[in-house]
Amino acid sequence: MAEIIDRLEMNHITKRFPGVLALDDVTIHLRKGEILALLGENGAGKTTLMNVLYGLYHQDEGSVLINGQEVQIYEPLDALKRGIGMVHQHFMLVPNLTVLENIALGMYQHSEFKLDLERVRGRVKEVAERYNLSVKPDAYIWQLSVGEQQRVELVKVLTLGANVLILDEPTAALTPQQTDALIDLLRQTVLQDTSIIFISHKLNEVKAISDRVAVLRNGKLVFDGNTADHSAADLAEKMAGREIKYPKIQKKDEYGVPILQVQNVWADGDQEGTDSLQGLSVEVRAGEIVGVAGVSGNGQRELADAINGIRKIKEGRIVLDGEDISNHSPQQIIDRGMGYIPEDRLHEGTIPRFSVRENLIMKDYRRAPLSKALFLRKGEIDSRSESLVKAFNVKTPDIQTSCASLSGGNIQKVILAREITRKPKALLAAYPIRGLDIGASEYVHNQLIQAREEGMAVLLISEELDELLDLCDRIAVMYEGKILDVLPREECTKQELGLLMAGVAHGKE
Amino acid sequence: MEKSSADKYRELAVSTVIVLFSLMIALILGAFLFAVAGANPLRAYGVMLAQPLSGMFGLTEMMVRAAPLMLVGLGIAIAFRSGILNIGGEGQIMLGVVFGTAVGLALPNLPKPLLIAAVFLAAFVGGGLWGGIAGWMRAYLNVNEILSTVMLNYIAVQVYQYLLRGPMIDPNEVAYGTGVPQTALLSENARLIRYIQGFRLHSGLLIAIALAVVVFLFLWKTTVGYRMRAVGAEPKAATYAGMNVKHNLVLAMVLSGGFAGMAGAIEVMGVHHRAMESISAGYGFSGIVVALFGGLHPLGIVPSSMVFGLLIVGADMMQRAVDVPASIILAIQGLIIVAIVSSNLFLKNPKMRDKVFSLLGGRKIAERDPEGGRT
Repeated sequence: MAEIIDRLEMNHITKRFPGVLALDDVTIHLRKGEILALLGENGAGKTTLMNVLYGLYHQDEGSVLINGQEVQIYEPLDALKRGIGMVHQHFMLVPNLTVLENIALGMYQHSEFKLDLERVRGRVKEVAERYNLSVKPDAYIWQLSVGEQQRVELVKVLTLGANVLILDEPTAALTPQQTDALIDLLRQTVLQDTSIIFISHKLNEVKAISDRVAVLRNGKLVFDGNTADHSAADLAEKMAGREIKYPKIQKKDEYGVPILQVQNVWADGDQEGTDSLQGLSVEVRAGEIVGVAGVSGNGQRELADAINGIRKIKEGRIVLDGEDISNHSPQQIIDRGMGYIPEDRLHEGTIPRFSVRENLIMKDYRRAPLSKALFLRKGEIDSRSESLVKAFNVKTPDIQTSCASLSGGNIQKVILAREITRKPKALLAAYPIRGLDIGASEYVHNQLIQAREEGMAVLLISEELDELLDLCDRIAVMYEGKILDVLPREECTKQELGLLMAGVAHGKE
Repeated sequence: MEKSSADKYRELAVSTVIVLFSLMIALILGAFLFAVAGANPLRAYGVMLAQPLSGMFGLTEMMVRAAPLMLVGLGIAIAFRSGILNIGGEGQIMLGVVFGTAVGLALPNLPKPLLIAAVFLAAFVGGGLWGGIAGWMRAYLNVNEILSTVMLNYIAVQVYQYLLRGPMIDPNEVAYGTGVPQTALLSENARLIRYIQGFRLHSGLLIAIALAVVVFLFLWKTTVGYRMRAVGAEPKAATYAGMNVKHNLVLAMVLSGGFAGMAGAIEVMGVHHRAMESISAGYGFSGIVVALFGGLHPLGIVPSSMVFGLLIVGADMMQRAVDVPASIILAIQGLIIVAIVSSNLFLKNPKMRDKVFSLLGGRKIAERDPEGGRT
């Protein structure tokens, strides 16, 4: 077991990558029992700094001190031996193994040939009791919810003897409820001899959880101070290096005709015999943003797929600008003027291996002027792509770069550029800012508002209440495949939406 | 712009290194096989790689083998690029031979260019049909295409042998009672031009090269090719963009099979001038190696098929010189596949790549900022 880390210092850390100064003289300190939030936009160097601490990289300059002693950390094993553990953004668990087996994977066994699961069980029990972290030791990972898997990751790291935990965007995959539970849990954990470094770009979480916050921007430490002394807006400004305005819609008195009408739609679920959509109705008028609020997994994905012709509906009707598009092919629906920003931007929204240029033409490659007869017209495609990249401010070395190498925010810009410039009548956006930093979110929101101003009917699926309240003219709350209620924005409160999202119908408790 | 084209060249360099590296590994492992078979590996390789290049016969034969390999390889590349594996080249070649020969024999008096085009077309239809069955089963019944194409190979062999022994047999074979399972000879109009007196080198090679250019243009310059590559690269995103994944799978297999069928036609019209047993000489499988070795790119497949043509001809010559069965070349082909696939995995690991690069004096790429350019 590693000694307790009373004080961890990273002094004057500098790390260079070819052509990039990833970390520039960064100094952070951490005391026992403290939760330090490491805040910064994507690319600010948060993960790089933590990878240095965890031994995935080695700093070019600077030193790491534990309890005043300089230490050299060349690989994760060195870090673990000294009591530093990291939980990565994407869980590193084997779905087909049990919780115990997964935890045993990282532990040293006494014997090369015998797996002493009972010893592991003992350790897990010890840790679980000490930190009040309950896990089911014999459950398979695939049986567990995302929140439970996260707990397993925490137990795994704690079992290995870590007393400094690095959590890399631990809430990225969690629902708001799971996030709250995690925050409570982390608060309890630090009551023991443990400290936590929490990487995030979500301000409300940082505010809720951390004692101290260090803000990185472009590889430099720009701020280090007590969380309580600074407002969220203040921190946002430090993080972005400029004032952040959360875009909000202006109230309108008049809307256009109904463009997208979903009428009493039923559709199968992925499991046999279940209905993912159960008589769902919702309507979006021209120039309006309608939000669909709900805890994910209540049929949002199926609704989006049904509207776009990817999932068949059993009953009901979907109408786009007066035309029945129920169970039409995706191509026909696109041709009739539907735009779609899918939930999984890397695999549904773009082809990661294809270049930015090839991704930008995915919906229009068959039309003039991009092609003539059967042939793609390179000149037209190049100039359209160049101008879209410029107009939407996509940060990419050039249009030949593959989408996979872009950041989430820039991938989303590619998708926005493609969808919005087609001038669809209706635009469906599913969780458009999930995982994006503040700057990119602001951009996406401005684009959606712009689409509304241009008269598109926008359906916005989200579970972030702030986003919905800022952008939507009306908010429909979805629960178990149905819309429970549709509320005009002025009449919504977060509490009310939260209750509805939990399935408590309007007006009764 | 500069940066990305540098990246492009680096990618190209990496894949070339992978390919040459795996060829080397395969040859080294093959040396053990020669040693086991009791031959001096150096001498065997010497004969195999040098002798075909040292005479007219070897050179022309190498190109004769390269032509069908190239066509099969092109078909395989189309399928791979569209996200479906075609292991059924053998069967598709046979169906191509059957359809092509049938048309060639039925219309012996058509003018030469027309007849040759008709035979190619028929062979394309035959092979495409056979490939299309596997594509259709994959798209609509979710039958794994590796299983179905391999099984269709067996069916094709049986059908082929039945036809050669029954309905399509040369009437002379029946009349004289010799009963060799082969069709009658094609008319002069259905034979590809031979360039050099006394050698088998025929115009099929030029046709194959022209088709390689066509495939390149098709995949990268047309809307259909773009769509097929999109479906192959990420079927989900393709669906969301309105592309019909199922249609494209079937189309990919039809085209892939069609190219294998045309390889059969080239053998019939260029080499044998009739359909006969074992006409394919394993081109359906070797074509897979050719395609992989050529980086699944039409313009890589042209030289790659030459290399394998050389190996096949060289193996024959080596058999006579050092008394080791020429079929050892099949083992070496297998080793090349294993080496390409494993060195691909090996070099996909960025750290490994870096080591290779620093050996080659290139700049590092592994230790890139994980968030590099992600702002």
